[in-house]
Amino acid sequence: MTFGVVLRDITKSFGPTPVLRGVSLDIAEGEFLTLLGPSGCGKSTLLRIVAGLETQDVGTVSIGGRPVDALRPKQRDVAMVFQSYALYPHMTVGQNLALPLRMRRLSKLQRLPLLGRVLPGTRALAGTIARDVAQTAAALEIDHLLERKPGQLSGGQRQRVAVGRAMVRQPEVFLMDEPLSNLDAKLRVAMRAEIKDLHRRLGVTFVYVTHDQAEAMTLSDRVAVMLEGELLQVARPRDIYADPEDRRVAEFVGSPKINLIEGRVREAGAVDVAGTTFHLDTGLGRGKAVTLGLRPEAFGAAERAGPGVITGAVRLLEHLGSDLYAHVDVPGQQAPLIARLPAEDDAGPANGGTLHLRPRLDHVLLFAPDGRRLRPAQARRIMPLPLREPA
Amino acid sequence: MKPPGRRAFSWSGAALRHTVLLATSVLVLLPFVWMVSLSLKSPGEIFQASFSVLPDQWHALENYTAALTAQPLPRFMMNGVIVCGAILILQILVCAPAAYALAKLRFRGREVLFALVLVGLLIPHQVLALPLFILAYQIGILDTYAALIFPFIVSPFGIFLFRQFFKAIPDDLVHAARLDGLSEASIVWRVMVPIAWPAVVAFAIFSVVAHWNDLFWPLIAVRSEELMPPPLGVMAFKNEEAGSDYGPLMAGATLIVAPLVVAFLFAQRWFVDGLSLGAVK
Ligand SMILES: Nc1ncnc2c1ncn2[C@@H]1O[C@H](COP(=O)(O)OP(=O)(O)O)[C@@H](O)[C@H]1O
Ligand SMILES: [Mg+2]
Repeated sequence: MTFGVVLRDITKSFGPTPVLRGVSLDIAEGEFLTLLGPSGCGKSTLLRIVAGLETQDVGTVSIGGRPVDALRPKQRDVAMVFQSYALYPHMTVGQNLALPLRMRRLSKLQRLPLLGRVLPGTRALAGTIARDVAQTAAALEIDHLLERKPGQLSGGQRQRVAVGRAMVRQPEVFLMDEPLSNLDAKLRVAMRAEIKDLHRRLGVTFVYVTHDQAEAMTLSDRVAVMLEGELLQVARPRDIYADPEDRRVAEFVGSPKINLIEGRVREAGAVDVAGTTFHLDTGLGRGKAVTLGLRPEAFGAAERAGPGVITGAVRLLEHLGSDLYAHVDVPGQQAPLIARLPAEDDAGPANGGTLHLRPRLDHVLLFAPDGRRLRPAQARRIMPLPLREPA
Repeated sequence: MKPPGRRAFSWSGAALRHTVLLATSVLVLLPFVWMVSLSLKSPGEIFQASFSVLPDQWHALENYTAALTAQPLPRFMMNGVIVCGAILILQILVCAPAAYALAKLRFRGREVLFALVLVGLLIPHQVLALPLFILAYQIGILDTYAALIFPFIVSPFGIFLFRQFFKAIPDDLVHAARLDGLSEASIVWRVMVPIAWPAVVAFAIFSVVAHWNDLFWPLIAVRSEELMPPPLGVMAFKNEEAGSDYGPLMAGATLIVAPLVVAFLFAQRWFVDGLSLGAVK
């Protein structure tokens, strides 16, 4: 397997505050990897370290198999799309796209305003630059904007230009720092599909930073969940969702949030939870605390109270057309449980009424008090999947 | 619709504002009007007890001819252009990179350096006149253009102004430029300075006005008439030849100020263009 980007023990502090605490990550060549985490967790800092715009205190970065720690940003063959787009406001779109090519293909003398034009070779090179700019602009459907300044463009158009400026010099690695977060919701979904398509067409490594789990889940081959400068889990999107390694990952991913219910082990194979008893193997000794994680869709309706059935009062019902979300107050729980029920169940629960929920035990995620995922020996549903091999 | 009470209030407010503004501008403009008025009058009329803006007898041609011929006024103005132009260009060449380093680069001692710039901002130029004179004497440039130019090359005000402007430019733009392959110098000249164009124009106005009108340092630095910038030249001329002949003197003063006024009117348009360059995003 060849690696696009390899990070080893990257550590970074700004003054006394540690921002990255030993991040290690292997990103396969051609992979679409997303760094997902709340704002302020160090995602942008990590991306800037990969680009060479920031220096790590400890650790190494390799791109395409060679260490790049001593290389300047220009020499690393990476391109970046910034959240604020960072287009040059005084240059036209065409000049914005051409600049990275001019800086790479023309010599210092050839770039001089007047003299450069008469030097031998400049014309031919300028021709190839213009051709490449036109090609990129056409691919992104911004060819009619080339004469405009960034200030005259809409947000979506600026975003395309920013992608174009990264694309035009055909880098080995694409870095994107929340490129869609300044767009409105509808445009964001459309651009999401375009970025996915772009990745498919270019086939190069993408490292994408976002705090939006929908972007991470829909775009990525793998997602790296980051919190407070640490990677908690790196896995395929559906494993991040269904098989989180850590309680914080389970909480961060999924909307509505996962229900976390505190329980206590009654005896081997039985856990007391929210006024009832579940037949669950926890691997923990009697009397130990354990947290049960239940996604909203892990509940089914039950006829009556009993073992393995959670009973509570309906606080709120949310109809979303296809689904019905019931917020249920249960004994011993501060936050209400949120259960997703089929919309046809409309007839069943009523506001203020009593609801019986039977969690599907094979969907229960168990967490130790320190947040670690508990995996008792027998209950193995999902095997961790290997990295995607490049085609 | 606005309620009537509010409307009346804002009316009186606007009237008050305009009265104050008008009064101040009249105060500021009065000496200029007087200067131009005197430059049009004959010697007899200048010393009349009554005052009128326009002369009874036009003496403009004589005054302006005298101003341009009796003294080497064109020469003084040319000196002014050379000195102010050289100062401005050198100032920008020094200030922009310095301001970029203070605004966007992280290095040890940056805050101390910036504090020194602020201190430099507080020291009046006159305080340094004596050491600068001795320095100019030691390196043997007294009574040359260089003597008129060198004390002003490093402008704390320019560094401060540019630094504040550069700081407002997002870091991501600098990062993008580095990834695009621009050197630090290219970032200064091809990204920062063009974006900060309004600041450059504003600084240019301040710099040119200050040094075009400067009398203090030229008085110390040069003796030769062919090196004198306009104010010093006109003053020397007044002492030697004009005596109390205020008509040509005022004509000379008007001619000296005119380029500044014209330049400012042009720059003002640029200034507005520069500001409407729009957001950096
Ligand atoms: N240049 C800097 N100087 C000081 N602190 C910084 C700098 N850049 C980032 N930080 C701090 O590092 C932390 C992580 O920032 P960042 O990487 O931008 O997070 P994210 O992109 O995940 O929102 C934040 O607390 C931020 O305040
Ligand atoms: Mg960020």
